[in-house]
Amino acid sequence: MTLLRLMYEFAKTGLFSVGGGLATLPFLYEISDKTGWFTHADIADMIAVSESTPGAIGINMSTYAGFTTAGILGGFLATLGLALPSVIIILIIAKFLEKFRDNRLVEGAFYGLRPASIAMITAAGLNVARVALVNIPAFQASGSLGDLFIWKALILGIAIFIGQRKLKWHPVVFIAISAAVGILFKF
Amino acid sequence: MRDLLNLFWTFARIGCVTFGGGYAMLPILERELVDKRGWTTMDDLRDYFSIGQCTPGIIALNVSTFIGQKRRGVAGAIAATTGFLSGPIVIILIIAAFLKNFAQLEVVQHAFAGIRVCVCVLILQAVLRLWKKSVVDPFTLALYLIIFALNAFSGLLPVKLPAALLVVLAGCAGIAASTLKNRGKGADKK
Repeated sequence: MTLLRLMYEFAKTGLFSVGGGLATLPFLYEISDKTGWFTHADIADMIAVSESTPGAIGINMSTYAGFTTAGILGGFLATLGLALPSVIIILIIAKFLEKFRDNRLVEGAFYGLRPASIAMITAAGLNVARVALVNIPAFQASGSLGDLFIWKALILGIAIFIGQRKLKWHPVVFIAISAAVGILFKF
Repeated sequence: MRDLLNLFWTFARIGCVTFGGGYAMLPILERELVDKRGWTTMDDLRDYFSIGQCTPGIIALNVSTFIGQKRRGVAGAIAATTGFLSGPIVIILIIAAFLKNFAQLEVVQHAFAGIRVCVCVLILQAVLRLWKKSVVDPFTLALYLIIFALNAFSGLLPVKLPAALLVVLAGCAGIAASTLKNRGKGADKK
């Protein structure tokens, strides 16, 4: 039963996440809230694992989520579920490629879908930040603003942001550096 | 059959060397499919990407399905897509199994706490990159703010709106707004 539900939830993700990769995030949070298969912290870890391994992020996320939920078979079925809707849709579109590309309605829909997609990614990013950068329980306990932020995390974040802009290294390099910093400074 | 195996194998190899997916795949596909095999042209490849981007699902996967379909129909599409999926699935399963056994170690927890900070930055960068193409006028800015507010403050709402519903509504709003805009332009010309 869990397996069927896994496939269904990820098929839904595949059908409605437009723009690839991180567009799957809002759906993963929804699945997490609804089913409790994985936590919000798990999602942040999934993003890191997906960014540092080959393959498209969305696919890696579904395999990882499927495995944490229901083992190897879960990993396969979640990935299959994610891929299925888009394969069917592409097969249909491939037949009338030209018409689809220049269609006014399709263009119009994307005029609205693009900002919506990044709005949801921003909100998902905020969810990751809530786990990584702030400590709400400590803030509630002491009431002082100094306890709200995890300062060393904030400094690391700013350093990585500047580093990425200036150096243009592959994300994997920054993920490895962050892991090392996390271990050294006991995050 | 040999063609199908060839498709599967080619895309399995491509799947194993692309990091991050999406446009990271374009140069690799160009080398493997256009230069080495002559299966498609650069122009076609760009078209597949632009369509893959505006159809549901993962871009890299959509492009694999397209090329497979073009070579050998439905069977080719399935061969290319499953080929593309095969490598990452195996790699992720191994990593996931590893993490499951070592996640409770303190070192691993510290490492991931550090990595999560990096993930925040990566998401922020992705949003900044997409922003220029997506938020282009007052309508798209308003839509961005509304959808963001609905998602970020969903805890304050009496009912949680499903993400799928928001996607569909945003698509409809886009169609409505662009139709109105075009009509306005048409009237100006007259």
